[in-house]
Amino acid sequence: MLRVEHLRIGQLPPLSFAVTGGECLAIEGPSGSGKTRILRAIADLDPNEGHLFIDGHERGEVAATDWRKLARYVAAEPGWWADTPRATLPTTAAAQARAARLISALGLDQEVLDRPVSLLSTGERQRIALVRALIDEPKVLLLDEPTGPLDVASSALVEELIRFQLLAGRCVLIASHDAALVGRLAHARLQLGPLKRSTSGGKGAQP
Amino acid sequence: MTYIDLGFSDLAIAALLLIANGAVSIWFRLGLERTIAISAVRMIVQLAVVALALKWIFALDNPVWTVLFALFMAGAAGYEVIARQERRVGGMAVLALGAGAPFAAGLIATIFAMVAVIGPDPWYAPRYVLPIFGMMLGNALTGTSLVLDTMSTSAVRDRLAIEARLALGASRYEALRPSLRRALTTGSMPILTAMAATGIVSLPGMMTGQILAGVDPVSAAKYQVMILMLIAGSTGLAVVAAGIGSVMLLTDERHRLRLDRLSSP
Repeated sequence: MLRVEHLRIGQLPPLSFAVTGGECLAIEGPSGSGKTRILRAIADLDPNEGHLFIDGHERGEVAATDWRKLARYVAAEPGWWADTPRATLPTTAAAQARAARLISALGLDQEVLDRPVSLLSTGERQRIALVRALIDEPKVLLLDEPTGPLDVASSALVEELIRFQLLAGRCVLIASHDAALVGRLAHARLQLGPLKRSTSGGKGAQP
Repeated sequence: MTYIDLGFSDLAIAALLLIANGAVSIWFRLGLERTIAISAVRMIVQLAVVALALKWIFALDNPVWTVLFALFMAGAAGYEVIARQERRVGGMAVLALGAGAPFAAGLIATIFAMVAVIGPDPWYAPRYVLPIFGMMLGNALTGTSLVLDTMSTSAVRDRLAIEARLALGASRYEALRPSLRRALTTGSMPILTAMAATGIVSLPGMMTGQILAGVDPVSAAKYQVMILMLIAGSTGLAVVAAGIGSVMLLTDERHRLRLDRLSSP
């Protein structure tokens, strides 16, 4: 499980919450309220303060590179550092086999992995990035607009995959504008207000 | 062949060509005459000051003054590196890197040249140390400047790719490796090109100078080969130091990309 105590990011009010394995927490709020910043902070991608625990491991005691293998942030806009998606995947046979299964689960052809990234559609890239993030089975998934550019059918497959991750006992934090998707997946919600400069906000919602 | 000293009247005659350029600019209203005049005056004043300072330091033959002059050169080099960056990492750290990398690389190569290669007596003879240090510094400076600029530009442009790798658990060195490789290649390119093209496109400045001063061309070529090898070596050192330093400045110990440390362009 993920436990967050007094997470402080810039001007946002401090947050404390916990998400147990198999549970999905939706982070909600208007644009600019800090949804992405919270997800990034949990993955320790931006400077922040507070105590975070995953399965009892304190963040400060885990190397940042190992922490991000436990808490996996999946950005709304995926990044590519090679010409084909396959070149950005781990090369072990096990990883390749798992990638193949996930690719099928998301309704994609295996050959998308070998096409130039520049020729893939936004939706294909988004789904491949999700596949890439799930290969090493992180405990906590931090999903930022996972269905943003997807059509209804692809969204349903992504939702199915997220549900499967929950069944496997993983924690999922999701920030999405798709209210229906969030309504079906979320067990709890964290409501963020519009960004205020006051420091009297106290704790965020306690799911 | 003997060395022909130039009189001031010779310089005045040489200036006639430059004055002709100015006249052309006025005639065609190019507006360049001011720039030509300022550049020419700067050149004359700067070279006169340097010549007098060198004459004085050569006469003193004192290691302390030699080192002080070398430090002044390094300071000016650092300023040039920083001034050329479009986006720079804030704070003193980049200043230390921009001046420190060329200075350290130039110093190592110069001491190596003095002690192991040329061996003047005394080994710190300013007549040898300062011109050679200057050549090392100038080239290391170009390399450092290119590396710092390539690294910060690449970190901004490839932010999504770098952060995608970090999010997957890569270290900051793995995530920035493509940027670093590009920066090191860019930083080494001028000196590698110069080595490959030297003698074909033009005679290098130092060899030309020695030949004009009456030195045997083979002897001048030997000096030039030594200098180019030392320059390539010291530029390589500076480029690598600047590249690794850039990675450290653009990221932090928790392996986060810290673009907030960059100034806006």
